Amino acid sequence: MIEWLKRMLGPQTSSSTAKERLRLVLMTDHLALAPEIIENMKRDLVDVISRYVEVDREKVEIDFEREDRALAMMASIPIIAVNRPTGGGGSHDEKPAKPEAAPPAASATPSTASPSVNAATEPPKRRRRKKQPSSKPATAH
Amino acid sequence: MSGRRIVITSGKGGVGKTTTTANLGAALAKRGARVILVDADIGLRNLDLVLGLEKRIVFDVVEVAEGRCQLRQALIKDKRFESLSILPAAQTRDKDAITEQQFAAIVEQAAEQADYVLIDCPAGIEAGFRNAIAGASEAIVVTTPEVSAIRDADRVVGKLNDKKIPIRLIVNRLRPAMVKSGDMLSVDDVCEILSVELLGIVPDDEEIIDTTNRGEPIVLDESAKLRTIYEKIARRMEGEVVPFTNFDSQGLFGRLFGALKAG
Repeated sequence: MIEWLKRMLGPQTSSSTAKERLRLVLMTDHLALAPEIIENMKRDLVDVISRYVEVDREKVEIDFEREDRALAMMASIPIIAVNRPTGGGGSHDEKPAKPEAAPPAASATPSTASPSVNAATEPPKRRRRKKQPSSKPATAH
Repeated sequence: MSGRRIVITSGKGGVGKTTTTANLGAALAKRGARVILVDADIGLRNLDLVLGLEKRIVFDVVEVAEGRCQLRQALIKDKRFESLSILPAAQTRDKDAITEQQFAAIVEQAAEQADYVLIDCPAGIEAGFRNAIAGASEAIVVTTPEVSAIRDADRVVGKLNDKKIPIRLIVNRLRPAMVKSGDMLSVDDVCEILSVELLGIVPDDEEIIDTTNRGEPIVLDESAKLRTIYEKIARRMEGEVVPFTNFDSQGLFGRLFGALKAG
């Protein structure tokens, strides 16, 4: 009985540690093996941010870091200028700062990473080849 | 009609590919299927040894590829079965002694005279692996419930997915008591991590070492516990719906009951 209580209350078992570690390492492996996913995501990310601020596309950097129990995406997106609010308040109505920043509908082309659409409704580990969505603030340079 | 061409692969070495190939082949042959086992591990020939056929080898797969002999001359018939034979790997040649095209052509030719061609893939994901999967239309990935084996299996699953080869999984050397105590990944965990359909669960058992030592397929040992395990997998391969033996953790109730009994 004491053993059982220990098991229920004590630290996690080695099998759950193994599962957690595998989940993380496989996400990292899958990302490393699919550079085009990262490129597509980078492009989409910059497209969205460009609706609000003017960014230096050449200097955008994306990294993935292992944190305690998750994989985090670190994006460094240098901002060149901030768009002046037009007074309307609706951010989607603002003019894009740069001509290449596509309008919202066009920029939402599904990339190879499209399974993550379900990220909110499903536990992240159930799907193959999907990164854990983890938002980090873009650092201004 | 041409037979099914199934590669048995794992990425990591030592998880039981050859043993699985030998025993599944024997189980299928015991059921009356015509089976040809192909050893694709050029330079590290072992399938013949596991099946106790090592003394009878005359030609090998590389010699077939080079046209030095006919496929039927190189096939070694296992006399314990009606319809099981193996095509041995070359032991003294290099992995690049044979091309993907040559390998695929041999597998194709073997499939014309068999219901099943099982290809025993070498470890790794290099040339030997590419050869072994070249002629395959299906794959069985073998893994053990260990982090390194699962990570490697995942790499192989990715490669097979790229080639659009359908995959099923065998979890080998499961230790149910360790799963129950939380010290080993469960079959559900492994399937969830790899996202692959399960074909079989083989518990870790010393008797497989004993039969392999003697070069005897375990399906011929009527007293062996693992015999039924391999027979069940063979039946699933033939399309039968066979329920999986539940080796996994009990529910909360079972655990509570077990703890009460123990404590």
